Amino acid sequence: MSQETRVAPRVTPSDASNRVTLGWSHRLLRRPDFAAAVAAAVILVFFLVVAPSFRSPDSIFTVLYQSSTIGIVAVAVGMLMIGGEFDLSAGVMVTTAGLVNALFSYYLGVNLIIGAVISLLFCLAIGFLNGYLVMRTGIPSFLITLGSFFVLQGANLGVTKLVSGAVSSPDISKMGGFGVLSSFFAGSFVVGGVTVWNTVIFWILFVAISGWVLQRTRVGNWIYAVGGNAASARAVGVPVRRVKIGLFMTVSFLSWFVGMHSLYRFNTLQAGNGVGNEFLYIIAAVVGGTLMTGGYGNALGVAIGAFIFGMTSLGIVFAGWDPNWFRTFLGVMLVLAVLMNLYIKKLSTTRKVG
Amino acid sequence: MSDTSTDNTSISTSVPLVQMTDVGKSYGAVRAIKGINLTVRAGEVTCVLGDNGAGKSTLIKIMAGLHNHNEGTMSISGVETTFASPRDALGAGIATVYQDLAVVGLMETWRNFFLGAELVGSKLPFSGLRVREMKEIADEELRKMGVVVKDIDQPIGTLSGGQRQCVAIARAVYFGAKVLILDEPTAALGVKQSGVVLKYTAAARDAGLGVVFITHNPHHAYMVGDHFIILKLGQTVLDKRRDEVELDELTRQMAGGDELTELSHELKALGGMTNAIRTLDADLNIK
Repeated sequence: MSQETRVAPRVTPSDASNRVTLGWSHRLLRRPDFAAAVAAAVILVFFLVVAPSFRSPDSIFTVLYQSSTIGIVAVAVGMLMIGGEFDLSAGVMVTTAGLVNALFSYYLGVNLIIGAVISLLFCLAIGFLNGYLVMRTGIPSFLITLGSFFVLQGANLGVTKLVSGAVSSPDISKMGGFGVLSSFFAGSFVVGGVTVWNTVIFWILFVAISGWVLQRTRVGNWIYAVGGNAASARAVGVPVRRVKIGLFMTVSFLSWFVGMHSLYRFNTLQAGNGVGNEFLYIIAAVVGGTLMTGGYGNALGVAIGAFIFGMTSLGIVFAGWDPNWFRTFLGVMLVLAVLMNLYIKKLSTTRKVG
Repeated sequence: MSDTSTDNTSISTSVPLVQMTDVGKSYGAVRAIKGINLTVRAGEVTCVLGDNGAGKSTLIKIMAGLHNHNEGTMSISGVETTFASPRDALGAGIATVYQDLAVVGLMETWRNFFLGAELVGSKLPFSGLRVREMKEIADEELRKMGVVVKDIDQPIGTLSGGQRQCVAIARAVYFGAKVLILDEPTAALGVKQSGVVLKYTAAARDAGLGVVFITHNPHHAYMVGDHFIILKLGQTVLDKRRDEVELDELTRQMAGGDELTELSHELKALGGMTNAIRTLDADLNIK
């Protein structure tokens, strides 16, 4: 017996015999975003039928704008979830970003651009802290970011009240730097009679970057690995801690980005805004096929998830229904998406190819 | 068996790849291992045997860079070293294949093969992966080891346990590991699959790697091992070359030989010679 094991195996089966080309149906089913794409198509057709005002190109771009306000942060939240972590503080961090910028610039009388940079650094610091605490303590990110969610929510109101005496930030539209920032973050342009908001372009851009990073770069490989099996990833030399902290900081970066949009679009911010949005990001990611436990999902899926959100929130209004039902609908979508993902994942991972 | 152990003796005289001298490790007040001497040489399989809690994991984690020892010395190719991270250990040519965490199940086979050592277009942080090249290399390397996956794109979780271990071994060999640490590679596998993994262990050794084979199965160890170390409660209770030890002795030591002999005596003193004790004695060769 041991004699045989001394011989190095030189088994080289004929190459072509066991090479399998997968059918298109199987390739399609294996995509994380497949179920979401089907759902989006069904919902789109549904609203096109029941809501006549939904059919104009203008409303489609309104839907895209609505989707982008959730979709931009969802890009990062999706990546973070693929990396196996949660961030519940993303919703209020959007508001924090805007408030820091507005209050800092207004009360210290500095240019808004400087305030925006300060706000960015502040958000990145919170993202870093979230990630660092999660990695350092081993406490689930759900709890750590639940903590930062409450801290930020309270601080948003408390600090705003303390500084300005009101629960909203002062109007900053007369301050230096407003024009530049406003046209960048909250600008829009008209193409063929249709208003296109900058955020839609940014959203598409961020989705494209996220897709590239996840599928085609080393960092992307590491993100899937730390989410799928952090211990394995660490054992083969993936810097797990840096990857995850980087993901938390990506979330805070895109939260800042949307925060800038909210501030420069409305010139003033309600300090209590943003609460509950963190769940919308997570819903977009999950509806888009991202696995709650990490390691599975893609950028396009998350974008489709956000698009479904945008379509429904406006479609219900266009159809003339009571918009109070919107969240009920989202809840149903979420559960359906989770069931669908489960089913498809089973189908694509257990089915014997060939 | 005897003819094959001779062709390793010439290599054995060179500088060992890993030399652990009197290594110990405590976690707070708990001492996990103490006074371990272990030598890994190129083209040899060093088997580390021991029951659960014997200190096997601690020992390999020190070599793999997951933990640091706090007593004794570890020399890599003659240079005294302490690893700061698994990446450090990999850089020094020490690759570890863990039983249950060798791979990331949901990721494609080729991505797993290159995980942590991806081929990229340039040094820029977000430059593209050379996907086609990586797929080809992974496929070819696996074929060389005799592992044939139906589709290099399939999630590695859909492969069999033995195949997954083999992918991890092939990966280590391809990336130029000098020392391969296998953590209970056969523990969760059936007979046939264990055989497959043992074959690749031998293949890696024949390719000139120093292999550390961690197991609690003396039969598997004896099939491929050149040197055997048995740990018990963090200390070495047996340290012998292949020509100094028989399978029986390994089995007896692993079965907790001395404790069982003692137990047998105690039982006799209590209630005479029962059938159960006779069986036990026969197993332990007590006259």
